[in-house]
Amino acid sequence: MDPMESIKATFFLECEELLGDLEAGLMALENGEGDDETVNAIFRAVHSVKGGAGAFGLDDLVRFAHVFETALDRMRSGQIAAAGDAVKLMLRAADVLADLVQTARDGGPGVEQQRSMAIAAELEALSEGRDPAPANADGELAIDTVPDDAGIDGLDFTPQTVSLDLPADLEAAAPAPVGWRIRFRPNTDLYAKANDAAFLLRELEGLGECQVTPDLSGLPAFDDLDPEVSHLAWEIELSGECSEAAIREVFEFAEGDCELEIAQLDHHAGSAALPPGPDPAGPEISLSDANAELMAELPGPVAAPVASDKPAKPQAQPASATAPAQATIRVELDRVDRLIDLVGELVINQAMLAQRASESDLGRSNGVSMALDDLEQLTREIQDSCMAIRAQPVKSVFQRMPRLLREIAAMTGKQVRLVTEGEGTEVDKTVIERLTEPLTHMVRNAVDHGLETPGERKGAGKPEEGTVRLSAVHRSGRIVIEVADDGRGINRERVRQKAVDRGLIDASAALSDEEVDNLIFHPGFSTADQVSDISGRGVGMDVVKRSIQALGGRISISSRPGEGSVFTLSLPLTLAVLDGMVVTCAGETLVAPLTAIVETLKPRPEDLEKFGPQGRLLKVRDTYVPLIDVGVRLGWRTSGTDPAQCVVLLVETESGGRAALLVDAIQGQRQVVIKSLEANYQRVDGVAAATILGDGRVALILDIDAVISSRRAPPPTGQASLAKAS
Amino acid sequence: MNEANQTVTGGKELISFRIGEQEFCVDIMAVREIRGWTPATPLPQSPSYVRGIINLRGAVLPVVDLAARLGLGAADPSDRHVIIVARIGERWVGLLVDAVSDILAASEEAIQPAPDVACDTVRKFVRGVLPVEGRMISLISLDHLLPEKEAEAA
Repeated sequence: MDPMESIKATFFLECEELLGDLEAGLMALENGEGDDETVNAIFRAVHSVKGGAGAFGLDDLVRFAHVFETALDRMRSGQIAAAGDAVKLMLRAADVLADLVQTARDGGPGVEQQRSMAIAAELEALSEGRDPAPANADGELAIDTVPDDAGIDGLDFTPQTVSLDLPADLEAAAPAPVGWRIRFRPNTDLYAKANDAAFLLRELEGLGECQVTPDLSGLPAFDDLDPEVSHLAWEIELSGECSEAAIREVFEFAEGDCELEIAQLDHHAGSAALPPGPDPAGPEISLSDANAELMAELPGPVAAPVASDKPAKPQAQPASATAPAQATIRVELDRVDRLIDLVGELVINQAMLAQRASESDLGRSNGVSMALDDLEQLTREIQDSCMAIRAQPVKSVFQRMPRLLREIAAMTGKQVRLVTEGEGTEVDKTVIERLTEPLTHMVRNAVDHGLETPGERKGAGKPEEGTVRLSAVHRSGRIVIEVADDGRGINRERVRQKAVDRGLIDASAALSDEEVDNLIFHPGFSTADQVSDISGRGVGMDVVKRSIQALGGRISISSRPGEGSVFTLSLPLTLAVLDGMVVTCAGETLVAPLTAIVETLKPRPEDLEKFGPQGRLLKVRDTYVPLIDVGVRLGWRTSGTDPAQCVVLLVETESGGRAALLVDAIQGQRQVVIKSLEANYQRVDGVAAATILGDGRVALILDIDAVISSRRAPPPTGQASLAKAS
Repeated sequence: MNEANQTVTGGKELISFRIGEQEFCVDIMAVREIRGWTPATPLPQSPSYVRGIINLRGAVLPVVDLAARLGLGAADPSDRHVIIVARIGERWVGLLVDAVSDILAASEEAIQPAPDVACDTVRKFVRGVLPVEGRMISLISLDHLLPEKEAEAA
C-alpha cells in the first residue's frame, strides 16, 4: 500500500474511535453525567478529527469540524450550557461528522450538503448567539488557511493572505492592538505526535495579524541534516486583541513538546527588541527546496505530520508529562488467528500426551504426571489469553445504537431514551461484527413496534419518553445481551390472529403465552400493520433469529402486556470453540452442537410409530416428531438398530422444526475447537465441521439442519464399503 | 525431505511408492511428509476412495486411498501402510499407499508420455511413464485425485 494510504487508513481507524468517544461524551452530557473533563474530551475528539482531516486535505470534513469545534469551544469556556438543546444539536452534529468521515473514507454520494449546512448554520448560531463579540476565531478564516496538502506545503508558512477573510469590521473596531511576542521552538516530539508547526502558526493567524520570523540558527549544514529531528524555531509578533490564554490554547496540544515563550509587546519595545529579521521569503523558499529534495530521497518528511508514522527518537526531552497513553498496538487479524490456531494444536497435543501418560500407568506422584498437570494448566491459560486477544468490548456495537435511536425517534415521532449497561463486556471480534445487524434490527423493532406514541403513553399513565435498555453481561461462559423496552408489550391477540391468518397455526390451537410470543420468530411474520420505512422491510424477527443461531446463539423473548418486552440473546464468547454433546454412533464419535439440542431422552418402544414405508415417528409428550437414525443418515450403517437400545437427541432446527436424532450413546458435554473441513477437502452434506478429540482422532460436528432436511435422500452408493473403512 | 533441491538440471526429483504389484511416483516438491497409517474418521456422502479424515497436527486432512482411486481395488490398510502428505493446489491431502520405495532423479526427457490405452483412469491420473533399472514407474498427476467439487458433492 502507498504509505500515505496506509497512514490515511490509520487515520480513519482513529476517527472511528474518536467519533465513538465524541458520541459517548455527548451522551453523558445529555444524561447530566458529564463534567468539565467530558467537555474537554469531546472538544479534543473533534479537534483531532479536524487536525487529521486537514492533513489529508479533506476540506468538507475540516470545514464542518471547525464549526463544530468552535461551538464546543464555547461550551468549554462555559459560554454555552453543556445541557439541553445545545447537546441535542451537538449529537446531530456528531452524526453528520460521522457521515462526513464515512464519505471521506468510502467515497460515494456523501452527505447531503443541505443537511450538513443546516447543522453547521445551527452550530454557528449557537456559537454566536450566546457570545456577540466576534473577537475570536472566525469560521471562514481557518477554513481558507487549511492546506490542500500537508506535505511540503505544510511548511509554507508565509503570512500572506491571512487577513483577506478577516471581517473588515474586526480590524476597524479593534482597539489599539496589543502585541504579543511568541517564541516557539518545537521539539522533535511535536512532529512525532502528528502535530505540525505550520498548523499552529496558521491558527495563531486566526488571533490577529502575525509577523512570523523563522529562526534558522539551529539548522545544521545540509549534509548533517537529520530529517526526523526538529531544527526550526519561530518568533511570532502577533498584533491584535487577544488574551494570553487564547494564545496558549493554540498551543494546547503542543504543550510539553515545544519551548514556548509568550511576552507582551508594547509598540516601541517590540520593534526595538527585535533584530531586523531576515526576509521571510528568502529562507522559506530555500527551505522548501531543500525539503523537496529530501522528500524525494527519504521516507520521512522533515516537518510534515506524516512523519508520525515512523516515530522519531526523542532527543533529550524526557517523556511529556501528559497522561500515559494506553499501551496498545494494532495487529493484523491474520497473525492473531494463526496464533490461535497454533494454540489449538498445542491444546490437542497436550491432551494426547496426557492420555498417553495415563495409559502407560505412571503413578500420580510420578514426576512426569505432575509436570503434565502443570503443562495442562499452562496451555489452558495460554488458550484463554489468546482468545482474549480477539475479544473486544461490545461497546463498538452499542455505540451505533444511540444514533439509530435518534433517527427512528425522529421518524416515528416517539420519544426514546437509550440506557446501555455492560458496554465493557468482551466477546470475540467476529461475534461483534455479526451482531451489529441483528441488534440494529431488534432496537429498531423495539422503538417501532414496542414503544407507544407519546400520546398513548400519557394515556397509559407512563412517562412520555420511552426507554430502551441495552445490556450485556457474561454468564456461564456466554455473553447475554438484552434489549428491553417499556412499551406496550406483545399484543398476543393480534399475533395469534395473524398467525392464524397466515396459516401458521390452527385457529383452535391451544398455545401458551410463551408459544404465542415465539410466533414472531416464525419466518415471514411481521406484526406491523403497514410496512413502514423503519422495520418490516420483509425482514422479520426470523432473520434475526437465524443470524443469531448462525453464531451459535439463542434468542428468547419475554413480554408483559402494557409493561414492555425483553429480548434475550445468549451467544458464545468465541466462534473458534463450540459447546457440543459428544455422542457415539455406529462406532464413530460425533459432536452435536448444544445450541440445537432441546432435550435428550431414552425412547420407549410404545412411543415409536411406523410412518410410511421406512419412516418412523417418535411421540414426545403428545407430539409426533420424525425419528432419524444418524448412523443411517450418514451412511455408516444400514437400518436395523433397535431404537430402544439407543438414545434420542431432541433437536430444534433453525427454522423451528423439531426432530429426534437417534444415536448409540452419549459420552458427555465438551467444548470443542472447530476445524474446517473445507480447508483441505470440501463441504460435506450433514457435517458442519470437524474437531479433534483428546485421543487425537478427528470427530465430525453434525450439521443438524442438513441432517434433518435431507433425511429423505437415500444414502448414495459406495457407502457400504466406506462403513467398514476403519 | 520436503524442501529438497532439484539436483538434476532441467529435471526433477520424484518419490516412488508401491501399490500392489505396480510402482508409481509423484513429484517430491509436492510432498510435505510421509507418515504411518492411522485410522481415519469416515466421511458421509463421500466417494469410496476417500478413506476419511485424519488429524495432522491440528489440521484436518482428507485421506485418499490411491489404490481405490486408480481402480486397483480398495486397500486394506495395516500398520505397514503409509500416508504421503502432498499438496494439491491449495490443499493438503494424504495419499494412502502400500510403501514408499525410493527417491529418483529424472530429467524431463526421460519421462515418456503415457501410452495411449483405453482406460479412463490411466488417462486421468497417469502423466507419463519412467523406465528405471528395467522397471516401469508411472508418474501420477495429483490434480484430479480429489473428487470434483460440484459433481460429487451434490
